[in-house]
This record gives sequence, C-alpha cells and structure tokens, in this order.
Amino acid sequence: MSYNKPVPAVDPDSAPYWDGAKDGRLMIQRCNATGQTFLYSRQLVSGVVESEVEWIEASGKGTIYSFTVARRPAGAAFQGDCPYVIVSVELEEGARVMSNLVTDDPDSVAIGQAVEVVFDAVSDELTIPKFRRVA
Amino acid sequence: MSRQPVIVGVSDAPTHERGRALPGTHVLSMQRDCANEALAEAGLTMADVDGLAVAGMWGMPGPGAMQPNLLTEYLGIRFPKWLDGTNVGGSAFVLHAGHAYEMIKAGVCDTVLILYGSMQKSQSARSLGGRPALFSNQWDMVAGLPSPAGAYAMAANRHAHVYGSTRETLAEIAVATRAWAGLNPKAAFQEPMTIDDVLNAAPIVDPLGRFDCCLVTDGGGAVVMTTEERARDLKQKPVYVLGHGESASHVNINYMPNMAHLEVAEHSSKRAYAQAGRGPKDMDMAMLYDSFTITVLLTMEALGLCGLGEGKDFVKGQRTAPGGAFPMNTNGGGLSYCHPGMYGIFLLIEATRQLRGECGARQAGNITNAVCHGTGGVLSSGATVVLSNTKD
Repeated sequence: MSYNKPVPAVDPDSAPYWDGAKDGRLMIQRCNATGQTFLYSRQLVSGVVESEVEWIEASGKGTIYSFTVARRPAGAAFQGDCPYVIVSVELEEGARVMSNLVTDDPDSVAIGQAVEVVFDAVSDELTIPKFRRVA
Repeated sequence: MSRQPVIVGVSDAPTHERGRALPGTHVLSMQRDCANEALAEAGLTMADVDGLAVAGMWGMPGPGAMQPNLLTEYLGIRFPKWLDGTNVGGSAFVLHAGHAYEMIKAGVCDTVLILYGSMQKSQSARSLGGRPALFSNQWDMVAGLPSPAGAYAMAANRHAHVYGSTRETLAEIAVATRAWAGLNPKAAFQEPMTIDDVLNAAPIVDPLGRFDCCLVTDGGGAVVMTTEERARDLKQKPVYVLGHGESASHVNINYMPNMAHLEVAEHSSKRAYAQAGRGPKDMDMAMLYDSFTITVLLTMEALGLCGLGEGKDFVKGQRTAPGGAFPMNTNGGGLSYCHPGMYGIFLLIEATRQLRGECGARQAGNITNAVCHGTGGVLSSGATVVLSNTKD
C-alpha cells in the first residue's frame, strides 16, 4: 500500500536530515562557533555573523519539551490514527525535533518524559524519525 | 500643528446565521462597504484617502497576491501616496496601524484606510490542509500536527507545565469572552456558557477543546486614521494612537524560543508603552487576539498586565468578564463574536468604540487607555498599539 500522508518537499537544506533517516541516523545541525545545535536546517544561527554550521549525528535520546494529542486529524490522511501524539523532543544535544510519539497510551504522555528515536520506513523513499518513551 | 495620528472612523461588516456574510456581498464589496461606512462616520470620503493598508487571504493565487493594487483600483483611490500589504498573519492590521502612525506623523500621507475582508465561512475556505510540506513545514506536516490548533495546544501544555495553568484557567477566558459576546448584537454566538461547558466540549487537540478555539466566520472591517489637526473638522472624537511596536520570531511552533512565554509580544509592547509614555498599569482595558484561549493567557502575561505565570490568577473568577475588575475582549472576541481568519482589525475597531464610550450595553465603564495586541501565525508575530482618548 502506498503512503498517503504528507511527504517532505526535500530541499538542499533538509536533504541530510531525510537521507540520514534512511540510514538509521538522526541528523541535526551544529554551529561550531557557538556549539548550539538546531533544526530545521537553516544556515544562520542567531547572533553569529559568519556561522560555521555542520551536520552531526545526534544520540537520538532526549525528553519531551511539549506535545499534543490530536483528537481530530490534520486532514483525512490522519483520520485513522486518532488519537495520535505529536511531540517536540528536546534532544540531549539541545536541538528540538518535532515528530510523532509512538504509543498505545496517549493519555499518559507528559512533558519531561525520556524518549529515544525510532526509524519508521513508511515507503522506499521516506523514513521518518519518530520517538518512543524509555523507562 | 499637530500631526499626531488619530483614529477617526471604524466599521465592522454585519453578518448573519452564525457569522455568514449578508446575501449579495462578496469579499471586495464587503470591504468597500466597510470603508465607506468608516469614512462616513468620520465625515470623510474616499477622495480623502491617500494611504492604504490591507492584508487578507482572498484571491490567491491570483489578484489577491497584490491586494493594495486591487483595492486601489476597486475603491477608486486616486494615486495613493503610501501602500502597505504586509501580511504577517492576523496581527497584520495592528502592525499596519503602527506603520500608518509613522507615515502620517512624517507627512508622507494624511488619511489612511486600513481594510480587511474574508468570506472563508461562506466559501468553506478555512482548510489549511493539503498544502505542500515546504521548508520548515516539513516536520509539522509529516507528523500530522493540526494547524494552527495543534501548535497552540503545544504552547498550552508547555505553559501548564511551567506555570501551573489548567484547562479551567483557559475556560475562564472562554466564558468571560462569551459573556461579552452576549452584549454584542453582532456576535455570532451570544448564548451564555459555563466553565463546565468548556471543559466538556468536544476535544480537538489536548488540552484544547472546541470552545478554546476561535470561530470560523466571514467578516470584514475598516479603520480610518488621520492627523489630530484634520480631525478637528471631523465628526468623531479622535482616538489617539500613542505608541506602537511589532516583532516576529518563527513560523513553526517548534522554533518558538520559549513556548511558555510570548516573547514577541513582550518586545512589541515594551516599545509601544515606551513611545506612549504609559505602561500596562495605566491600561483600563485590553483587546488581545484570541485565536485560542491560550493566546490570551500568554499575551496578558507578555504585555505585563500581570506577571509571567500569574495569568491564571488574573482571569480567575471571571475577572475579565462584564462587571469584572479588568475588561478584556469586550466585543466577544474571535472566540464568540467573529473570526474571519485574520482578526486583528477588530481589536482596533472595538478599542476605538470603547474609548469613544459608544458601546451601549457592553460599554466597559469609563475607558481612557486601551492596549491592543495582535498575534499572527502560530504565536509567530506580534503587533501592539496603545490607544487613548486623551493625549494628556
């Protein structure tokens, strides 16, 4: 069955993120001048004029910075998933990543819970880094 | 003589059937009618207008991509001296008022028309789905974040975690706003509502339920600004624009620097207060963009109406409702009066009417100073103006 949800319009700035996911690696960017890590893959870090940015592989571990449980879907493609959880994960490295939390128990999700990345190969072309809670 | 900028005319489009535009109107005629009504109450005509500021989502792709040009043509404005089509979301019109302030004060133009119209309810156009997952949207859309509600829900959960606000806190705002709407004959929803009604409403994106979310309606409005000197010959008691500010920080909620603190509003309001020479404690009322209940909670804290994290006490026990200590969103807000997609112009319209003292049943007492703050996108941009009926 083909994947019918929105797929990223991959651009030169985001390609390393999605390519890395296909290889089972969670990629984020780091500014070597400040040490700040970040996504999405913009080229400028606030306050740094000549920013020197490189892609690094993140540990994949972090905590839930915030979340919501969608009781109504973001369009028909997500209808069958309700209720589903969208999380903003603060990685150990500092960057925040938005994705889904894989869980059967959305009512128990809370800010601060520890999570780790899992890679969901939804099609030949697309692997989505998602997160699950760890004990 | 004084080029102090003032508001001299306002108008909001009538609707019926829970916020539908009247039969026979469309998105341009609605704006024309609002413009003419606002000019007429001032004692002006379209021939006086030499500055135009507009924003909207209509006519795109197509002629709506250049709305200042199209409305200049449609309204028969002769070679305006200043145009502004800045679209930073629903905050745009408050930002336009700030820009108009500077242009009028500098003598670039004398009489500015700020305009908005939307037929999103009649045309069922409020669908933010189906857009390509471009740029920073690649993450949100792939994850299925309902937009914009899901973004605001994430801010609400973060605020609750950091400051202890609750669903009851948010419900206080929805109930108070509905009570004001009950006093506004133009409001789409006027029936009284209780805290339990809000808590038991259909869940949308936790922690937000149906009544935490703004309406989807048609609607339009107009604001006319000119100089204090010109206003002496006009029909309305002028409302002074004393200060303004604006800012922005992100497009996607994940890149909001701190989801529990609306820093764009803090930055924009500080500049507005400083320019006005009046601070939050001087304000008699506030018109705060209420796309969602959480928007109001974040905004009142960022504007200094209370301290960070103190919003839950500020709104408790219906303090912002009719008869309460601090009137807020006295037209019934985007939550209960109307929300045509970009609501900011209605903040200016209602504050002006309150400062003139013409609001009848919903007149919030003797109002001297009012602060309006518009929010655009998903807590992305902010614009503030401080209004008063006296310069002294």
